[in-house]
Amino acid sequence: MSLDVAALRAQFPILTQSVDGKPLVYLDNAATTQKPQIVIDALVDFYTTTNANVHRGAHHLSDEATRRYEGARASVANFINATAREEVIWTSGTTEAINIVANGLGQLLAEGDEVLVTELEHHANLVTWQQACRRAGATLNIVPVFDSGELDIEAFDRLLTANTKMVAFPHVSNALGTVNPIKQLTAKAKAVGAWVLVDGAQGIAHGGVDVQDIGCDFYAFSGHKLFGPTGIGVLWGRKSVLKDWPVWQVGGEMIKDVTYHEATWGELPNRLEAGTPNIAGAIGMGAAVAWFQSLDVAALRRHEKALLDYATKLANDFEGLRIIGTAKEKVGVLSFLLEGSHPADVGFILDRQGVAIRTGDNCAQPLMKRFGIPGTARASFSIYNTLEEVDSLFAALKKAKMMLA
Amino acid sequence: MQLPSSDEIIDDLAFFDDWEQRYQYIIDLGKSIPGLPEDAKTPDRLVKGCQSSVWLIENYNGEVITFDVDSDAVIVQGLLALVLAAYNNKSPKAILAFDIDGYFEALDLERHITPTRGNGLRAIVGKIQDLARNNV
Repeated sequence: MSLDVAALRAQFPILTQSVDGKPLVYLDNAATTQKPQIVIDALVDFYTTTNANVHRGAHHLSDEATRRYEGARASVANFINATAREEVIWTSGTTEAINIVANGLGQLLAEGDEVLVTELEHHANLVTWQQACRRAGATLNIVPVFDSGELDIEAFDRLLTANTKMVAFPHVSNALGTVNPIKQLTAKAKAVGAWVLVDGAQGIAHGGVDVQDIGCDFYAFSGHKLFGPTGIGVLWGRKSVLKDWPVWQVGGEMIKDVTYHEATWGELPNRLEAGTPNIAGAIGMGAAVAWFQSLDVAALRRHEKALLDYATKLANDFEGLRIIGTAKEKVGVLSFLLEGSHPADVGFILDRQGVAIRTGDNCAQPLMKRFGIPGTARASFSIYNTLEEVDSLFAALKKAKMMLA
Repeated sequence: MQLPSSDEIIDDLAFFDDWEQRYQYIIDLGKSIPGLPEDAKTPDRLVKGCQSSVWLIENYNGEVITFDVDSDAVIVQGLLALVLAAYNNKSPKAILAFDIDGYFEALDLERHITPTRGNGLRAIVGKIQDLARNNV
């Protein structure tokens, strides 16, 4: 079955607009994806008909809000094949999800312990562990990448030791698009008894995430990169690990018994969700997940591959363009430099032509340093992009090259 | 080349009818200012945006403030030239009196000077205004 991209696109009202009189070509999907009408409607409908605080069911609205909110949790659990809905912890996004785990780890680490991450990390999956290690006197080790943007698996094996307590890596690199062999890495890490966290911010929107199949302990992702609202995300954690993980924020909702001088913690998922949650966000994310699951994932993947393959071909034919990140397994992202031009300048000129890309360090300063570059221009594709839009990108780049020469 | 005044720049840019000519003019303006030698681009002079970097050296002789600036991006360098046209060689009082947001609006470039743009331009303007404030 092939994908009807026009019909898919028509569900995203924002994509019909113009920028400076030019049709918007939105190629910044790794930063955030656009929202289908059904997600926008879910948010409006919640505030129009159902708004009330959850888990305080003294009245009809609160019961209905709780039902929808917990229903969204169940949808997400089903989407990633979690064994139980209480393995899904609502967070504000991937960053908070990783912070919950890293904060807890900081309390569990001892001097001499090690944490292993990779050179590919987004700051969210680096600074978190770096600071946890600093607090605990533990050592942070970094798995290098090859010039292609692929992880050096032999180095991974060397750096993984009996002292390694946590291994964290991205499912997909936000800066380079590298798809990592997460099952293989997880199996190696589990063999030495380490916990494993997969940063799924860039992996989740390509479908097919099965946390049981991966075998990891934690998988973190954001709603807004999965066609859902901003300000909502998920920490999935294996129940046996999560139930005793040190609590994060403390306060209402997460407690069992409280006196003026003592408190005990509630059960999962509440023990890691202090305060009134982002109820509308969770419901919006549930709508996004349900919408995404109604699509043919295999067809989406073929379409995404066709977009990246076509963009890569045009990039290779474009004189003076250098692709950063040439891993064999890649998805969604074309990072590049135009010879003699700063990425920020390329971004300005593209913006004037209606083409939205990301420029700069991609929230991965150490990785940019590793490649000896100030940053990249990054075009990132999603399921609603078209081959014509890839053509528009390169037509705009041609103009940028001419103006910046 | 002598940098045109801010009023002249507003007139010049109003004359162009398409964005390409306007940006070309800004790029050329950036190329007309001297920039900084590599060894002057020290960390204490760096204003780092997440998209591009800017270096600023300021000097106050008791009467007027002068600036030397550089950026690794040519359009940002051009935008810096626009800022210099407004601020360079002016008294602290004149600097504080100048409506920089109105100026960028008149140039139809206000989107480049919003706090959300990671090009360091807003930070540079802030630094210059602070310096002027401390010397009034």
